[in-house]
Amino acid sequence: MIEVTIDWYVALSVILFVIGALGVLLRRNAIIIFMSVELMLNAANLAFVAFARQWGNLDGQVIVFFVMTVAAAEVAVGLALIVAIFRRKQSISVNDLNLLKG
Amino acid sequence: MGHPIIFGVLAVIAIVAALGMLLSRNAVHSALFLILNFATVAALYVVLNAPFIAMVQITVYAGAIMVLFLFVIMLLGAERLSGPRSEGSWHLPLAVVLAVALVATFAGMLVVGGGPDTAVAAPVDSSPAAIGRLLFEGYVFPFEVTAVLLLVAMIGVIVLRTKRGKKND
Repeated sequence: MIEVTIDWYVALSVILFVIGALGVLLRRNAIIIFMSVELMLNAANLAFVAFARQWGNLDGQVIVFFVMTVAAAEVAVGLALIVAIFRRKQSISVNDLNLLKG
Repeated sequence: MGHPIIFGVLAVIAIVAALGMLLSRNAVHSALFLILNFATVAALYVVLNAPFIAMVQITVYAGAIMVLFLFVIMLLGAERLSGPRSEGSWHLPLAVVLAVALVATFAGMLVVGGGPDTAVAAPVDSSPAAIGRLLFEGYVFPFEVTAVLLLVAMIGVIVLRTKRGKKND
């Protein structure tokens, strides 16, 4: 009987994190990039909860709670920024956001 | 830490949903795939003896945050604004190389380091009451900082959405 160990959860977490990182690198739509960041945060949360289970410790779950709060704040501000940028430039492609380009 | 079949099914669904989010051309489909991914991860939290976190994941992530995403996507009519996926032909190969390098790093870490020698600890009481007690006994200061962070985010959003003059719009 194969037993599920912490390694399996860490591997799944890594795979989800890498998919999120690929989304940030490859997609040009600012909203998709934001969703990819959420996926990466979620992958980190999964690793936190898995380690909390491994060591029989609740602190990992409390940290996940804080990560979720920060993610919520980040999404609220980020989406407001995206809406503001869209109203100004009629686009949310990151290729069009070159105001600070030297 | 869960039955292998349950873990396998949930892991496959989570990875497929994440890939669907990455590859989907329509932003609404991406958001729905991401909700599926969050739901499967919530199920994994239940397996990992974290029912409260699982419920918070469903309500806050899959509920509030993703509804906000869908709302903004539909408000802007941004379903298909992605256009070309990247400007240069070197983006895709470079991103794939970096992803493979990251996976190889973690895989090497898992292979070389191996798993923990100790057995999985006995499940502890992870009811909302236990988490609340820990939160308010050991993490009072981070909790207050988080409250300030949420306040700052709220003020920031209100400032961003306030019209300063009619010339700007």
